[in-house]
Amino acid sequence: MDVFVKYLLAFVIGGAICTIAQILIDKTKLTPARILVIYVCVGVLLTAINVYEPLVKLAGAGATVPLTGFGRLIANGVKKAVDEKGLLGALTGGLGATAGGIAASLVFGFIASLIFSSKPKK
Amino acid sequence: MKKQEYVEYVEKRAKRSPILKNCFFAFVIGGAICTLGQAFLDLYKHLGVNEDDAGTLTSITLIFTSCLLTGLGIFDNIARVAGAGTLVPITGFANAVSSQAIDTKSEGYVLGVGAKIFTIAGPVILYAILSGTLYGVIYYVCTLIWG
Repeated sequence: MDVFVKYLLAFVIGGAICTIAQILIDKTKLTPARILVIYVCVGVLLTAINVYEPLVKLAGAGATVPLTGFGRLIANGVKKAVDEKGLLGALTGGLGATAGGIAASLVFGFIASLIFSSKPKK
Repeated sequence: MKKQEYVEYVEKRAKRSPILKNCFFAFVIGGAICTLGQAFLDLYKHLGVNEDDAGTLTSITLIFTSCLLTGLGIFDNIARVAGAGTLVPITGFANAVSSQAIDTKSEGYVLGVGAKIFTIAGPVILYAILSGTLYGVIYYVCTLIWG
């Protein structure tokens, strides 16, 4: 695929996924934390019913970088683990597939708390 | 100004909430972060990393950048304009974790940072794992029935 088209699709679809959340924030009383929870769960659901994977093929990072992509990693990890070890995989697959992102957030977040102090909110 | 007039005045002002402007910035900045992610993904693949690990490395790179910008106080300035544009990508998750860690360190490293680092991350991880486990059980039952 043409490199330009690939990056354009990542931009447009990634932007569209964010815009849906912005509309939800502006038009409903959903807080950002609830939006994030809804987005991961929707990511798991859409991946489970085979809707999300075609979107990833099309948009690449435009579909994997938003938090729905985090849900996709969970769903794909669980599926792979269930294929390998049966029912136990339902419990081991999700965190296994997302370990890198979760650990990185906690480690870098903790290091940030060692280095930086909170700034007065403007 | 009577109470009725005041209510009408407030409603008139509230309706002007700049939803189009918010959506525009959410779209452009959210799209830009995803495009940046695509660039990192292609870079890591170009360096010979396999597809799955390249995806993980891309997330880690964006998470590192978000934590750094949060610590420097730059992230908040971008997020105020971008709204969901910085919230929905993995950058929002990383910002929620690091800003909580930084803001609560005065409360100590165990019950302050240690507990409150999960204020936003906790619910996200909990419900992600719950829905993932539910899917795993359903998928397992399906494989038993249809092989």
